[in-house]
Amino acid sequence: MPSLDDLKKRIKSVKSTQKITKAMKMVAAAKLKKAQEEAEKGRPYSEKMSNIILNLTKTVNDPANAPKLLVGNGDDKTYLCVVATADRGLCGGFNTNICKLARKEFKKILDEKKELKIITIGSKGHDQLKRSFGNYIIQNISFKNRKKISFKEAEEICEIIINLYNQKQFDKCIIFYNNFKNVITQIPQNKQLIPVDLENSKNNNAEFNYEFEPDEEEILDELLPKNISTQIYKAFLENAASEQGSRMTAMDNATRNAGELVDKLTINYNRSRQASITKELIEIISGAESL
Amino acid sequence: MEKGFNTEIISPTKTLFKSTLKEVIVPAFEGQMTIMENHIPFVTFMRPGIIICSNEDENNFFVEDGIVEFSENKLLILTSTAVSINDLETNQISKLIDETQKKLSENLNDKERYVFSHKLDVLKGISK
Repeated sequence: MPSLDDLKKRIKSVKSTQKITKAMKMVAAAKLKKAQEEAEKGRPYSEKMSNIILNLTKTVNDPANAPKLLVGNGDDKTYLCVVATADRGLCGGFNTNICKLARKEFKKILDEKKELKIITIGSKGHDQLKRSFGNYIIQNISFKNRKKISFKEAEEICEIIINLYNQKQFDKCIIFYNNFKNVITQIPQNKQLIPVDLENSKNNNAEFNYEFEPDEEEILDELLPKNISTQIYKAFLENAASEQGSRMTAMDNATRNAGELVDKLTINYNRSRQASITKELIEIISGAESL
Repeated sequence: MEKGFNTEIISPTKTLFKSTLKEVIVPAFEGQMTIMENHIPFVTFMRPGIIICSNEDENNFFVEDGIVEFSENKLLILTSTAVSINDLETNQISKLIDETQKKLSENLNDKERYVFSHKLDVLKGISK
């Protein structure tokens, strides 16, 4: 049986932890609102961008001469996986869920006897993956010391990826991130960046006969790298919103658990206080009786 | 009566401009281009220049690159670099001019030289 003093100390420590989690929840809620707004504002850009690409691809008649970024280089021997996670922890299953999905996919790729290369964005994902897939990680990018992740960062990563592609370092590129559905639900997702994933969007049947200026190939050459940075930026935005949402839920749970713990400890404390009083009374009474 | 067409300028972070206009001038890669209602569908990309949406300065944007699409009487401009001319300050412009001049003195290929010399011209035009 812990002493009264011990119980008192524990109650105090749990209460101060509760204060921290409560504060973190408030901060996450405020940041979430901002991140969510940004994610929503960013959506039209990426949607319209993929729409244009889609319309353009319909006009490509000769796949052999089409840009490699669009149709791929015909091989699928080497996969480059970009895993985007957060730089900070304490956000529930956010980082773990992305890594879980990524690991599953990595196993599949390796089982098919294909080569695997990994780029991790964010230190948490790197920490989790380096244990089992450390040999495959070719680069870890972290924006920990930047205040805000903007389109510029997405372009930087896009440049790295395209450089690797031009050096024929990989044939297919997949990005992993969390899609923000709502505050409680974030769905880990993988998306193919290179070649452009056309499967999901085939139901759009609108046809345009575009006029190109300058010619089609030049436009596609200009457009495709932009599309990749847009997709990466979109992943960042969704990730940012998901991270805050996930942290908010996790901290809400932690606050509630701490509250329950405090209640339980307080009852314990009161009981043992009462017990010691009763014990003292018995001692006094039996002492008096023996006189 | 003429109705005009929908114009949207969208950057990765937000929708910068949305309105119905009768005439827009964009700095397409191979020269300025005026777009009016019922233009045939086209796709092109931009060089540094100014998108002119109206006679007022506040609706004109300085861009460095971007993509222009016109279809079904909708003009769509996707760019990551658009800045309203009103928001550009004089010292900012002169800084951009210096940067561009420095770039031009480096070794560039024809395409880059073309883009940067245009950027310089446009920036000088704004600063006047």
